[in-house]
Amino acid sequence: MADLEAALSVALQGAKGPGALVPVLQRLQGELGYLPGPALEEVARRLGIPPARVFGVATFYSQFSLKPKGKHLVRVCLGTACHVRGAPQILAELSRQLEVGEDGLSRDGLVSLEEVRCLGACALGPVVVVDGEYWGRMTPAKVTQLVRALRERGKGEA
Amino acid sequence: MRLRGPEELAELRERVGRGPPLTVAVCGGTGCRAFGAEAVLSTLRREIDRAGLSGDIGVKMTGCHGFCERGPIVVVRPQGLFYPGLKPEHVPRLVESLRRDRLMEELLYVDPVSGRRIAREEEVPFYQGQQRVVLAANGHLDPTSIQDYIATGGYAALAKALQMPPEEVIEEIKRSGLRGRGGAGFPTGRKWEFCRAAPGQKKYVICNADEGDPGAYMDRSVLEGNPHSVIEGMLIGAYAIGADEGYVYVRAEYPLAVKHLRTAITQAEELGLLGENILGSGFSFRLHVFEGAGAFVCGEETALLASIEGRRGQPRPRPPFPAQKGLWGRPTNINNVETWANVPHIIARGADWFRSLGTEGSPGTKIFSLTGKVRNTGLVEVPMGITLREIIFGIGGGPPEGKAFKAVQIGGPSGGCLPEELLDLPVDYESLTGAGAMMGSGGMVVLDEDACMVDMARFFLEFTQAESCGQCPPCRLGTKRMLEILTRITEGRGREGDLEVLEELGWGVKEASLCALGGTAPNPVLSTLRYFRAEYQAHLEGRCPARACRALITYRIDEEICVGCGACAKVCPQGAISGEPGQPHRITVELCIRCGACLAACPKGAIRVA
Ligand SMILES: Cc1cc2nc3c(=O)[nH]c(=O)nc-3n(C[C@H](O)[C@H](O)[C@H](O)COP(=O)(O)O)c2cc1C
Ligand code: FES
Repeated sequence: MADLEAALSVALQGAKGPGALVPVLQRLQGELGYLPGPALEEVARRLGIPPARVFGVATFYSQFSLKPKGKHLVRVCLGTACHVRGAPQILAELSRQLEVGEDGLSRDGLVSLEEVRCLGACALGPVVVVDGEYWGRMTPAKVTQLVRALRERGKGEA
Repeated sequence: MRLRGPEELAELRERVGRGPPLTVAVCGGTGCRAFGAEAVLSTLRREIDRAGLSGDIGVKMTGCHGFCERGPIVVVRPQGLFYPGLKPEHVPRLVESLRRDRLMEELLYVDPVSGRRIAREEEVPFYQGQQRVVLAANGHLDPTSIQDYIATGGYAALAKALQMPPEEVIEEIKRSGLRGRGGAGFPTGRKWEFCRAAPGQKKYVICNADEGDPGAYMDRSVLEGNPHSVIEGMLIGAYAIGADEGYVYVRAEYPLAVKHLRTAITQAEELGLLGENILGSGFSFRLHVFEGAGAFVCGEETALLASIEGRRGQPRPRPPFPAQKGLWGRPTNINNVETWANVPHIIARGADWFRSLGTEGSPGTKIFSLTGKVRNTGLVEVPMGITLREIIFGIGGGPPEGKAFKAVQIGGPSGGCLPEELLDLPVDYESLTGAGAMMGSGGMVVLDEDACMVDMARFFLEFTQAESCGQCPPCRLGTKRMLEILTRITEGRGREGDLEVLEELGWGVKEASLCALGGTAPNPVLSTLRYFRAEYQAHLEGRCPARACRALITYRIDEEICVGCGACAKVCPQGAISGEPGQPHRITVELCIRCGACLAACPKGAIRVA
């Protein structure tokens, strides 16, 4: 796995000791998009810490994902301000229309649906961020538009 | 260039002080960016260039102005002309109006209460009720320019502190009465004193920018909009305590804050304001940025330390306190972003000035993020002791669409919900705690008549339960059982005796948990039980008075009002609505998932929820 080797060397550059673990995992995920098991074992070996500890940290923080993600990332804000403006309905609709399973992936595998807690754009609530683009003041009807736009994008790339 | 002493800093300030006669400030806060501020900025640059006015009119992107509801915010200084909601297509007219020294009447702010057009920023009611100290510079500075910060007096407090004995700096902070803005309100000066007195050569200072409270973003706005103020505060604290190294622990979701902070650190290093022998004083300090990885509990100070050390972010029992045994076992002082950002002001203007703001027991100002069902969503900085009513109605304009105010949720997921009767409560640490809420980081979410209090309690508990680190049983199991009961109640399966069990569990979790996450997690449940018990009771009887809990409501169409336009049928994701064009439509209850799409689509208001 040449890719893995390259990613590991970027992630581990200048890293020493157990204190470097979190930033190393952040860089590794930045390179690979997620944290594959074999990569975590290598990190443990090279930083000289037990694999159990590396897996313990990787599974503790919500930023880390041990599974690959979809091509598009849809993040729904479930912060308090968005909640009181109807975020749960938006999430339910997105999840239903995209046919999202237990793993957070849409059935066609193209979209990852994630929940976040406040994006600091509470004035636009309920907020959904699609690949970095803000969709504010969401309604169930706008969800339908969004899903259509995502499907179009998917087609364009296929 | 390295500044070798306070004189060279003063000289630099002289040199950078002169900008163009006019400046157009475009808000670069997250809300305004989402509303399209970047496009406004680039159009402005282009149009001013094209008009040949680049020498006369400066353009900058500043930090958050606070009035996020009306983004993108544009302000022309020095006059303070206020243009909210500006779009790129308005820009040519704006430039023309500046050239001719005119107002763009039609784009000024219209006060929704009086219907009056308001030209100047400081006359907008949203700002009038505020008293800005920490946020004062936010709408003025380019956060990526250290010159901007220095031109307005930046790092003068550091220069002053470095000429005082460290004990005197601590004394000044103690006299100011500054209390921690991160939640608990512990006196900052005393904390510094403990850390200074702790034995050890190596000490650390840390800025807690984990800001996990969902619905609060003041720390982020300070870091994004004025990072140097936090760095200056940390420098002063480190000098007073005797620390030579520090960390800013920033929440993972705040990439812009991280970027501005890193830029600011590099700039301060280049000028010798960070590093060895700062301003020729012999004091040295290095500052690092640590990006969190997404765990609410890491806002708790001992969990934060574990996280920097590369472990799972799990709190540990105190004592020993971080001031005795902190990062890597060394004495460590942790303060919140807003706490640090207050420090340069106190040193520059003195403890007496600070005490003149706010109340006897809680001096100074506090930033709140006012969100939810309120007309003017945004960041407000007010003197402590102001009432909830002044904030929510005076500054915030109350709930929109003529809805009735129901409650305000204060203090984040571990805070409480306060009802209308308490609107005249003064906002300070003790009053809020006494009422069953807490200051927390300063989240203030307004709820109107449509909010179900049982659902709110469930919402917060779902959050704390998911974020519990899982170490101690009272928190791990107690919050889980409480959540199960609350979920059952909102689904119409509540039982006699549930409320009593909730209360008993709540107090148990509060008493027995290891850290303050568990220690405060039951607050939303206990406070709603205290102030809104009848609403719980109604759920046990199968009704949701706010008509929010899906399991307890049904949708139907009022045939008297329906005109058969078919708008509802078109948006219904379930195909549950049928009817002939021009004839009253019907909802098939068995198919309806109560998503609310028809309610939003109906032009006649014919959809009934009961
Ligand atoms: C669960 C939990 C989360 C916390 N989150 C934060 C936070 O996001 N930001 C913060 O400054 N303090 C937070 N705190 C409080 C810190 O433990 C600590 O008291 C604070 O950073 C001290 O700074 P201060 O004295 O300046 O307020 C949290 C505490 C708990 C128990
Ligand atoms: S709560 Fe959703 S952006 Fe703040």
